[in-house]
Amino acid sequence: MTHRQDRTLATSGLARVEGEGAMHVRVRGSQVDEVRLDIYEPPRFFEAFLRGRSYTEPPDITARVCGICPVAYQTSACQAIEDACGARVDGQIAGLRRLLYCGEWIGSHVLHIYMLHAPDFLGYPGAVEMAADHRGIVERGLALRRAGNAIMELLGGRSIHPVNVRVGGFYRAPSVAELAPLARHLRDALPLALETVRWVAGFDFPDFTCPHELLALTESGRYPIERGTVVTGGGLAFPASGFEQHVIEEQVPHSTALHARLAGTGRADGDRYLTGPLARYSLNSGSLPPQAAQAAAEAGLGRDCRNPFRSIIVRAVEVVCAIEEALRLIEEYQPPAAPSVAVTPREGAGYGVSEAPRGVLYHRYELDGEGIVRSARIVPPTSQNQRAIEDDLRRFVQARLHFDDARLTSECEQAIRNYDPCISCSTHFLDLRIDRG
Amino acid sequence: MTGSAAPGGSAVVIGIGNEFRRDDGAGPAVLARLDGQVPAGVTLLVSDGEPAGLIEAWTGAPLAVIVDAVRAEPGVPGRLHRLVLHQAGAAEVRPVSSHGLGLDTAIGISRALDRMPGALIVHAVEAADLGQGPGLTPAVAAVIDTLAGAVMRELTSDQIC
Repeated sequence: MTHRQDRTLATSGLARVEGEGAMHVRVRGSQVDEVRLDIYEPPRFFEAFLRGRSYTEPPDITARVCGICPVAYQTSACQAIEDACGARVDGQIAGLRRLLYCGEWIGSHVLHIYMLHAPDFLGYPGAVEMAADHRGIVERGLALRRAGNAIMELLGGRSIHPVNVRVGGFYRAPSVAELAPLARHLRDALPLALETVRWVAGFDFPDFTCPHELLALTESGRYPIERGTVVTGGGLAFPASGFEQHVIEEQVPHSTALHARLAGTGRADGDRYLTGPLARYSLNSGSLPPQAAQAAAEAGLGRDCRNPFRSIIVRAVEVVCAIEEALRLIEEYQPPAAPSVAVTPREGAGYGVSEAPRGVLYHRYELDGEGIVRSARIVPPTSQNQRAIEDDLRRFVQARLHFDDARLTSECEQAIRNYDPCISCSTHFLDLRIDRG
Repeated sequence: MTGSAAPGGSAVVIGIGNEFRRDDGAGPAVLARLDGQVPAGVTLLVSDGEPAGLIEAWTGAPLAVIVDAVRAEPGVPGRLHRLVLHQAGAAEVRPVSSHGLGLDTAIGISRALDRMPGALIVHAVEAADLGQGPGLTPAVAAVIDTLAGAVMRELTSDQIC
């Protein structure tokens, strides 16, 4: 029995643990009057148990927040603690940090492009079904993923939750000889990455634009990855230490994740904003390395990209960028005198930002004179994007209310996938409800 | 202990899980117990369950043994299961996050790409607590030795049944 005016649809899936992410859409008459994306957010727990730990521990502890982007957590943590301690990491050690981060970008983006997002555009229910018809394409994705993992394993010590990262740099720096096979691997991967851009650029994309303010890092002369100044499309620019003055987090009743808003935008459409590939690309496309820039141009991206469905192209371009950057860093590499710089604890606060695959990841730590963490704050990209995602979904659903529930459910899921939300490292439960009561 | 298996080589044992999610750390705990105990050439690998990594790890291996925590309803924490997989089940959902892909996806893709190991055996333990934090619950901690022994028997047995 179906009551058209009071109907609930649910698609749900369970992987390995507790918790859930859910989307709730409420329609009244011909208007979508509420969209809620409920996200369980693990970093809040980590903030609590970082208190009382030594200043050397956050990189290893926070890496466990996320199995897909541990390097992002390690890097933002290291930079925040180094900032608190007045230490500066640059030269070859900073280059190795960027190289490791390139590995994470490649792995995360390729996983999303091939396993998750592409099946939407090709009409498959999932990567398994797509693999049956497109063996060569999926093998290409696996080969690219291997290239990312190769960087992670060499520099990080292993491909998940790297163990070679420490405050001040690394426990061990590779030799030039060790990097040589990695460079060959990456040179082999580069044409695969370029093929990926051409492949995804040929997909059909719905006509949809997100109007939000954009927030990303920027660096002079190069694409932002492991560090940078925070900038917005509206012209704000501030260092990591200014993050909490500009990004205000608030509790909302329906989610354990805080919602973020950007203060002082002066925009009529509100203070929501978007971070991640679209923002990163749109605010930094002029800084892409040559082959990535050419690939973007050939894919028709233009100087900016505001269609979330086309984020798959941006991710593919960023894979090219990461490979190019990794090759450049390897070519310029000379082993540092020591794999890390000395970091002596002192009382104070420090701030760190980096561009996780899903957007800006902010860390702040307060240390006492012995280097014990007194407080920690982590602002992950998905919670920053939550309000923008909800707003996009509201407009997306409003324009498609004439679809039946099954099709609307499916398209909403695809729309959410555009953002590759990190609902939680281990929380894989999506429950979509459309209430037309 | 963590790394990629050598394709075409010997058996691989993969512990899937996260030590910071309570009983989800059962797989890594079993691998820690096996470290240094397994026959020469056997690869031990801790994984977060990401499918591309799993596929790479078991491609070409004559035997892949997976150790993982599972949730059952109704469940009996610490209860053990052994599955010899001949056929991947269809994925029931399409996750919105790349964190949501897992063993089932890895098996499905491997089958499509002819990358399945010679045999794939899953040893699973029912979890009591998959919340945040380190440390296994007593019911799961109590069976880690049993699980490690079961994996050792897989590695030394001539037959898979």
